[in-house]
Amino acid sequence: MKNAFLKSLLSVCFLSIFFVYNEQPVAAFSPQVIQHGATGEDVVELQARLQYLGFYNSQIDGVFGWGTYWALRNFQYEFGMEIDGLAGQEVKDKLVSASNYDKAFIRENIEAGRKFTYYGGMSKENQVKQGSGSSNQQPNNGDGQSGGTVQPTNEDEAIEPTASNVPNGFSQNDIQLMAQAVYGEARGEPYEGQVAVAAVILNRIQNSIFPDSVSGVIYEPLAFTAVADGQIYLEPDETARRAVLDAINGWDPSGEAIYYFNPDTATSTWIWSRPQIKRIGKHVFCM
Amino acid sequence: MIKWIAIAILSIGLAGTAYWGFQQSNQRETLLIQNENNYQRAFHDLTYHLDLLYGKIGTTLALNTNEQLSPQMLEIWQLTSRAQTDVNQLPLVLLPFSKTEGFLSEIGDFTYDVAVRNLDDEPLSQEETEKLNGLYEAADEIRQELRTIQHEVMGKQLRWVDVELALTDMDPESENFIVDGFTTIEDSASNFTETHFQNLSATLPQQHERFSFLTGSDVSEVEAIDIIRKQFDLNEDLAIDLQKSGEGAQLQTYSGSFTHDDHHGYVEISEKGGHILSYMINRDFQEAAISLNDAQKKAEQLLEEQGLDQFIIMQASQFEQVGLFQFVGNQDDIWIYPDKIMVKVALDTGEIVGFSAADFYRNHRDRELSQPELSLEEAEEKVNQSLTIEDYHLAIVEDNEGNEVLTYAFFGTLNHDTYRIFIDANTGYEVVVELLQDVENNWGNRLTD
Repeated sequence: MKNAFLKSLLSVCFLSIFFVYNEQPVAAFSPQVIQHGATGEDVVELQARLQYLGFYNSQIDGVFGWGTYWALRNFQYEFGMEIDGLAGQEVKDKLVSASNYDKAFIRENIEAGRKFTYYGGMSKENQVKQGSGSSNQQPNNGDGQSGGTVQPTNEDEAIEPTASNVPNGFSQNDIQLMAQAVYGEARGEPYEGQVAVAAVILNRIQNSIFPDSVSGVIYEPLAFTAVADGQIYLEPDETARRAVLDAINGWDPSGEAIYYFNPDTATSTWIWSRPQIKRIGKHVFCM
Repeated sequence: MIKWIAIAILSIGLAGTAYWGFQQSNQRETLLIQNENNYQRAFHDLTYHLDLLYGKIGTTLALNTNEQLSPQMLEIWQLTSRAQTDVNQLPLVLLPFSKTEGFLSEIGDFTYDVAVRNLDDEPLSQEETEKLNGLYEAADEIRQELRTIQHEVMGKQLRWVDVELALTDMDPESENFIVDGFTTIEDSASNFTETHFQNLSATLPQQHERFSFLTGSDVSEVEAIDIIRKQFDLNEDLAIDLQKSGEGAQLQTYSGSFTHDDHHGYVEISEKGGHILSYMINRDFQEAAISLNDAQKKAEQLLEEQGLDQFIIMQASQFEQVGLFQFVGNQDDIWIYPDKIMVKVALDTGEIVGFSAADFYRNHRDRELSQPELSLEEAEEKVNQSLTIEDYHLAIVEDNEGNEVLTYAFFGTLNHDTYRIFIDANTGYEVVVELLQDVENNWGNRLTD
């Protein structure tokens, strides 16, 4: 009985703390532990607060990369905390009490695609580069997601990062080009068949008898039928993109193949003479 | 009668002409595509080579020893000439393209000069280092413009053959992004400080080891199916399509695939020992509901369940709705880079949707690790003094010849960049210098000054 009473008292206390905490007008972090590799609004806030305190000197972009990692570790060092590069509750509390976070200012500049900084003790106007944003001179900047057009967004919507994580050595554009090739070559194949085609492109880059870049391998004359007949210029779907990412990150269902062919349509006797590794869907992969 | 004959002849003629016309248009289409492909390749190669060039110059700034500097300069020089070849293949002769070409020839001259002289007698001067810094910034600027145009070209399916037409017509009314974009490269004089690059070699699969350290006895097809059912908790009545690899395979494996609900699974098991080399689960992912940090705990838990202890997290990254985790071996606080394991976790449910231990099984063996001959301080002295060292650990890595060496891995920063420098822990030789870049701007909304 006494126990139950204590429990309910405790939970009331807990709830009231929770409510009081929630009522604070200051926008603060979500409960997650923020770590290297994370993306999203929490990272935007983390970077902004670290910059406010002078620890972070790069662009506030919402992606927790190396720059953010060192900034956070130096912050932990200066404030006498355990140096682990993780933003847990203690770190977040310390950050919130030591710095300001002007969410509206950050949101406006991120959404306008401007270069800006957010150091404490400096006037904010001086930290936004002049003549920037929507009136930039970039020509014909018409695609839908472009930062050139400022559209005020709803307060409740999360601030979107302006950058992305990329696997080492690959640009998002390389990934797009590979996805186009995979889509042109292997759409309709099982997922592992699409990863395998992407892996063959990568294996060729590694192989000394083939060109050493994504574009070099893909556009090698007559290497891929989707290139020869123009199907590479189709817009790839999400599955093809995902398959490419998996292949770049080390999945290789092809068994390190450098060739593949469709046994129903292949006319070259040479390709049949290659040592075969396995068949996935319509394609036979070989060395 | 004659009328009918005439009609017959004429219609045959007409059909013939139509056929000929059809053939012609087909041929023309094929040629156009071929032409377009050549232009696309040259352009994509150009953007890639400039990225590479930019990364190489950046790495050079972090180098310390002269032994590495000369080959590095030669590589830059070689890349410059490749980029020049790419430019020359594009239909840009009619455009003023002086800035990029000027940049390429400047960097070419500079690196050739440095590469051929004796750096022991005549090391890089302060002025030359500054010049290199300037070239680094210029490379970044041009590279960013090219990547932005590349994004547009792919996003809008723009064709270079149309540029060619636009350039020959020189119609002032016609809007053409590619033409405009290249004009911007010439015009823009601003400096960009953000940098995104890392050279290719470090992450691609090594192909020289052939799983020679794999242990265990061969498993049969029935056993392989059993392993799969156990791993994924599959019902007896769910069909598993199992295939054995052919004669061309480096390692004999079983590949199993299965589909239940909206999940499609693919697993690879080694015949020798029945080890799960890798698997992938493909399904539609919903919006992320758990944090990357929680996802990492799921990944660590999986390794533990598989009996793969002694691993340490090397890198975590969120790619939209999935978290990707790279682990490496950890033996007596020495990081074993070749023993790599990847785990992919769906951030909507926390389910493991990918696992790859192929590199681990390829490289793992019992290693006798000895203590480093150099002290931490001695090794640190071998690192370029302009770097601020933030962190370090002892690591086993493969050198250029593929041999495993014990090194000190230093993480250092210079301006906005992070470098990883491996110093041989016995000889003090600078094994590899890497520029670490795991974040890239979204080119569709590139930041403006």
